[in-house]
Amino acid sequence: MSDRVKDPVRFIDERTAAAPLLKKSLRYLFPDHWSFLLGEIALYAFVMLILTGVYLALFFDPSLAKTVYHGPYAPLHGQEMSEAYRSVVEISLTYKAGLLIRQTHHWAADVFIASIALHLMRVFFTGAFRKPRELTWLVGLTLLFVSLLEGYLGYSLVDDLLSGIGLAIGYGVLLSIPIVGGPLGVLLFGSAFPGKHLFESRMYIAHVFLIPALLATLIVIHLALVTARHHTQFRRDKRHTDKRIVGIPAFPAQAPRSLALMLIVAAVLFLLGGLVQINPIWQWGPFEPWLATNGAQPDWYLGWLIGALRLIPSFDVVIGHQTIVPNPFWGGAAFPLFVLAVLAAFPWVERVLTRDRATHNVLDRPREAPRRTAFGLAFLTWVFLIFAFGSADRLYVLFGVSYETLLTVFRIAIWVVPALLYLAVRRLCTELQRSDRLEHGRHNAEREAAEEEATMTARRQPVI
Amino acid sequence: MKVKRWLIALGTLAYGRLRRKRIERQPEPPGREYVSEPPAPGHVVPQGKPSPFAEYLVALLLLVAAIFAAGFIVTYAVYSPQEMPNQLLGVCIGGALVFLAVALAVVAHRLVVTEELEDDYPEEHPQEQEQIAQLVRDSGSRITRRKLLIGAAGTAGGALALAGLTPVLSLGPLWDTKALETTPWRRGRRLVDVDGRPMLAADIEEETFYAAFAQGAPTEEIAALLVVVRLAPGQLRLPAGRGSWAPQGILAYSRICTHAGCAIELYRKPKFAVTEPRPALVCPCHYSTFDPARGAAVLYGPAGRPLPQLPLMIDSEGHLAAAGDFSGRVGPAWWGVRARPS
Repeated sequence: MSDRVKDPVRFIDERTAAAPLLKKSLRYLFPDHWSFLLGEIALYAFVMLILTGVYLALFFDPSLAKTVYHGPYAPLHGQEMSEAYRSVVEISLTYKAGLLIRQTHHWAADVFIASIALHLMRVFFTGAFRKPRELTWLVGLTLLFVSLLEGYLGYSLVDDLLSGIGLAIGYGVLLSIPIVGGPLGVLLFGSAFPGKHLFESRMYIAHVFLIPALLATLIVIHLALVTARHHTQFRRDKRHTDKRIVGIPAFPAQAPRSLALMLIVAAVLFLLGGLVQINPIWQWGPFEPWLATNGAQPDWYLGWLIGALRLIPSFDVVIGHQTIVPNPFWGGAAFPLFVLAVLAAFPWVERVLTRDRATHNVLDRPREAPRRTAFGLAFLTWVFLIFAFGSADRLYVLFGVSYETLLTVFRIAIWVVPALLYLAVRRLCTELQRSDRLEHGRHNAEREAAEEEATMTARRQPVI
Repeated sequence: MKVKRWLIALGTLAYGRLRRKRIERQPEPPGREYVSEPPAPGHVVPQGKPSPFAEYLVALLLLVAAIFAAGFIVTYAVYSPQEMPNQLLGVCIGGALVFLAVALAVVAHRLVVTEELEDDYPEEHPQEQEQIAQLVRDSGSRITRRKLLIGAAGTAGGALALAGLTPVLSLGPLWDTKALETTPWRRGRRLVDVDGRPMLAADIEEETFYAAFAQGAPTEEIAALLVVVRLAPGQLRLPAGRGSWAPQGILAYSRICTHAGCAIELYRKPKFAVTEPRPALVCPCHYSTFDPARGAAVLYGPAGRPLPQLPLMIDSEGHLAAAGDFSGRVGPAWWGVRARPS
């Protein structure tokens, strides 16, 4: 007698002894809250990056050898360019569906990092990073910062004018690292910028193999840590405690939901790739070190570094006539590393400050931790204002406020606004807590009154 | 005063009403779509009500998804590469995925039983922790020179790791910044334009700027790249010792910004005459601004050093040529680079 459901299960179990594990995984509980989907979106964007990336790798030529363009795009006709740039122009304009895949790949990178950033905010403001999930937090942070590097290498590979400018700035920041910067720059590039032709294939192997492999490993560790400790949950009623989790099982309830989310992510990325132009590299032209262009902006996730490079006052640390710390170090390296360090240390700092060493599976609402919420918003605003200044030249074009004025305003605002915000948000949170307590009291009193009335009526009834 | 009080009172009242409405709406029953009755005997998942309508809907949505997917294939086949409508391709494959996703959403909400279950969070295992610690401690019972062995193992591991990393040093020269310091410029080397034609001093005009390269050097070598401008000789206030560096007021500076290595691609002349009367060389990346009349001293922006200046001369045929090497190091600064020419 064959059983179409049981036979494959038996086949698997007899060969792997995995039935208990499989049964447990199928009944793994997912708390039902929309904000838990942000991490999943990042995961599915990563899947899309791999799929579209493999396709692009079939056509991309990571070579800086010179060639002359003779393709269908007239404005570039007869122009000398690298094989790398020519192959990306060809992917975009010659191969069927090449442009769709390339634009989808670029959009997926932007969405990937955006959803990681939003996921990080959700985790921060609900206190999900607390014990026992500090390692998950650290792995997630590493994921975010490695993704920034991966994205940067991705668009640096193209060798169009914008990507070359970005690479030049990266080289400047690399050189500015104290002591090791100069020798390290020469070592990695093989020479002074733009370096040996081999540098392109070095970036390529890092972008398509080393860093994706690292990202995939980190994602696996991140997910393993999440499932080992189970998801956190919001307290909706008395059943949700630090000891008991309430949720819908992976199978059958969560599976179609999660699959639908994956398809929606893929759909949105393909629709963006089809309908919304991103990085039309054939318009920028090939990179030459002697060329640059005004109004150049990096992908959004590097905007905060451009902002910091532009905001920092003009000074090199100089002893005698020797430069010790060149200026780009502060905005391009020290600033992101400081942000990383603050975020990485935060779970432990909070433990020390609050003396709270307990295990937390139930999430805070942001108002329940006024100091954390206020600090988080202030810190985020600090980074965001620096990010916003990265497009100050665009703000000038839009609003006509001079760059010099904007610089002065932002240099003050990045300190004043977060400080005021900290005080305001902390106050707001405690006020919200107070009104919660009042409401809770009123709710209880109303319920008691209703119950009392009910008993009064019940008592009166027999009289009638 | 009275008006103000009235306004405050009205505002408070309106806010209170809004808030009350919100509070009244707020307590929605959690998990209203969940099946709460326990599964029937002999079952793991509770039985749900069949929904034939939802099944037809799912089938329909799947068919529409298939049509969109087929549309993608047809579009791909029908159009030539040059006329390929990227938007149509995106809508076809995106649409197919959207309808698939909606079908799955219907499955999730109408065809699959959604239970809300409870489970224990995993606990710590103090007993196992102790057992593992004991296991490790006991395993080393025969070892008496613990520190010696750990030290030796650390040395071996470290040496092996270093040995393994050593081939990486072949990537480029090790601890060597000579590549950052070499330039193709020497006395007599001509300045050429992008097509390799020698530049005539007589062709250099005021109010604009030129890209120049070292004759015979590749155009991607950043130390070969120059920005050339002409100013009225009377305007020049060059640093001491550079009196002869700018024949006829023609100046040559490194084209690479000393901040982060972008090319100087903006010349603030003659625009901005009202606010900035002086001509200035600007890097578009972070707006480092240099004064060509004063040896490219930093006027504004984050750069920490002036642009290196190349001494010029005009040879017997009227061509521009270098009269020596740069006044400082080209490109972004690194640890130990000289901040000022010595």
